[in-house]
Amino acid sequence: MEFQKARAVPNLPGPGRPVIFDAELCNGCNRCVEICPMDVLVPNRRKGAPPIVLYPEECWYGGLCVEECPNPGAIKLNLPLMQRVRWKRKDTGEHFRV
Amino acid sequence: MSNWFEELLKGGNGELFQWPYPIRYGVQKEVSADVLVLGGGPAGCMAAVSAAKRGAKVVLVEKGHPKGAGGSGCDHWLNTPNPCSKITPEECVQWEFDSYGGYINGISRYIGAREGYDALLELEQMGAKIRDTDDEFKGAPFRDEKTKFLFAYDYENKFMFRVWGTTFKPAMYKQCLKLGVQIYKRVMITSLLTGGAGRTVRVTGATGINVRTGEFFIFRAKATIDCLSFYQGNWLFSSELTGLPYFHPNVVSDGPAVAWRAGAEFTMMEKSTAAPPPGYAFPHYGTGNPRNTWYPCTMVDARGKEIPWVDYRGRPLKDLRDRTRPAEGQKFLAERAPAPQYRCPRLIDDLLEKVRRGEFMLPLYADLPSMPEYERRAIWGLMVGEEGRSKVPVLRTYTEAGFDPDKDLLQSYYLLGGEPHSGLMEGTLLPQFRTYGPFASPGGLVVDWDLRTNLEGFYAAGNALFAGNYYHHAVTTGRYAGRKAAEYALAAEEPKIDMAQVEAEKARVYAPVRRRNGIDWKELRAGLCRIMQNYCGGIKNEGLLKIGLIWLKDVEENVFPEVYAPNPHALMRVLESFNMLYCDRLILHASLARKASSKHLGFERQDYAEEDPPEWHKFVTVRQEDGEVRVGELPIGYWGPLAENYESHNRDYRGYLK
Repeated sequence: MEFQKARAVPNLPGPGRPVIFDAELCNGCNRCVEICPMDVLVPNRRKGAPPIVLYPEECWYGGLCVEECPNPGAIKLNLPLMQRVRWKRKDTGEHFRV
Repeated sequence: MSNWFEELLKGGNGELFQWPYPIRYGVQKEVSADVLVLGGGPAGCMAAVSAAKRGAKVVLVEKGHPKGAGGSGCDHWLNTPNPCSKITPEECVQWEFDSYGGYINGISRYIGAREGYDALLELEQMGAKIRDTDDEFKGAPFRDEKTKFLFAYDYENKFMFRVWGTTFKPAMYKQCLKLGVQIYKRVMITSLLTGGAGRTVRVTGATGINVRTGEFFIFRAKATIDCLSFYQGNWLFSSELTGLPYFHPNVVSDGPAVAWRAGAEFTMMEKSTAAPPPGYAFPHYGTGNPRNTWYPCTMVDARGKEIPWVDYRGRPLKDLRDRTRPAEGQKFLAERAPAPQYRCPRLIDDLLEKVRRGEFMLPLYADLPSMPEYERRAIWGLMVGEEGRSKVPVLRTYTEAGFDPDKDLLQSYYLLGGEPHSGLMEGTLLPQFRTYGPFASPGGLVVDWDLRTNLEGFYAAGNALFAGNYYHHAVTTGRYAGRKAAEYALAAEEPKIDMAQVEAEKARVYAPVRRRNGIDWKELRAGLCRIMQNYCGGIKNEGLLKIGLIWLKDVEENVFPEVYAPNPHALMRVLESFNMLYCDRLILHASLARKASSKHLGFERQDYAEEDPPEWHKFVTVRQEDGEVRVGELPIGYWGPLAENYESHNRDYRGYLK
């Protein structure tokens, strides 16, 4: 397998993907932008394209954006790794997590 | 600056793309109202509805969006006398009084208990779901078959409701629109406007700034209601997870800061408690635990061994039903009450010791599968789901990942560090990372029986009130303050705006956007939190507190003038951080004024180590007047006889209890 080209990129603020858009399902209605209490989203300059998360680290992880979205699946809340809680199946002892 | 950010921006005119909203720095709009409501949370929305119903012209100002949607919510509607219960409003106040050494807000809590049921029915009329109309819990012991109300904690005394709280905010918002409330969204309140001097200061309105456009607002009002809630994050800041830890979104320090700067009187601002370190928090109610939203869930250890429960005397419970009815010698159970006569059953007190000895193996789990089906569905689906910030982040997310409450044990993070500081819900708690304590009724505004502050024309509701907290309390006091403010406003004179105050405020709020670079808000905020951690931490003394004040003055004089904001959103964060400094100052002054330690207030002073000496069993008040800090006091129970005072102030009010 070929190596990826080395790029001068900084460490970005992380967790950096609090919500994930499905560009096929999102129609750019921007209802998520309007409802977000922390105002972390801005409308995309291309009409009909998904909004941009300009302030990912400010996300409250409230999920109002998901709740308001008229197209299920167009936006998903993505809990950061350190927030993912675990559970165990009672009868088998098998482990799972968010 | 010579970092990657500057390099990146060099090629693109100093920005990634054009700011997507029209910029209106310096553009000014004047708005007049009879009643100005600051903050569009549960208290603010209900206050606006209440005032509008009485014919007042109402303006509501909200930093985000008042609808709240699924982020807002409420699982429990607490402390509410109702047709299914014999508990009286006086008993509702008494259990808190006994539990917290009298450090409660008797006025607002009594109002909450007297009018809570009326407020709940009014929400239902607006379209909210408050009872089991779909018969999902038919036959459950916590359901009253006649009214279809569901109850929590004490299934015999039935005065703490389980409700569909995600329906409440949208219903209130819709009602605001229907009643013609003028709503200003994405506008942050930056200051109160005042007239008069000394003891006769009147609040004449407020200033605000649009957090997307930077437009400046002058709100002129006959009466103003502070529904800006309390303060969060004064000790806690994680620069890469800034939004995550807050229990309420958008609440930082705006409320206390604007009121303090105007001369309003506060009490109990010295109260605080240990908190999870910054950036550590789990999704609230998203971990296995036996308390609050999850009550009365069984807990087991890693091998499936059940952890026993005990009653208020430490005696083991025999039956699951004992968790939801008073034990012998108790009159009723009250959620979270530490006082033994009302204390809910809990896990054994020596759990940490037993864990260390290997009697219970970590990690612990919440055993939903073992719970009766009605309880399992009440906890997972009604409580977790309808409580704030739980529908999408917990219920939906975990379900999509495969979590099944019938089969799965959700992990608890309690005691994993082995340290004594551990919270059942949060995991680790450390004393220098402090918070008011999410359910612990922190400091706030002092009010009278009209929910009026010491400033004329200035009312308060919800978490802005001292020792105020809980959703039901916010809605009910909002409803009350709305009608009181409307009554006052409809008879009051037109206020005059002092334009010198407006000009000074415009200069203050716009200064950061006149600078191209400098110190950013995150560095400022982290620095302020460090000051509070170090000089207002777990152990205090006069010297430390005074160094804290010197530090704050230093920051205000030398750091503020270098803070910049590249756009209106960043300006909002900068102005919030400025407000944190003003609120920190208030906290430090309140801490200096209490010259005694107090267990009830989580307040430990090494120079006054005696805990709760009788001569300090009182409210200590602080306010600013003519640039000086004035310290005062109020006796515990200053509100006087509850029923008598409530009734003399509300002769014409009719509701469930009258």
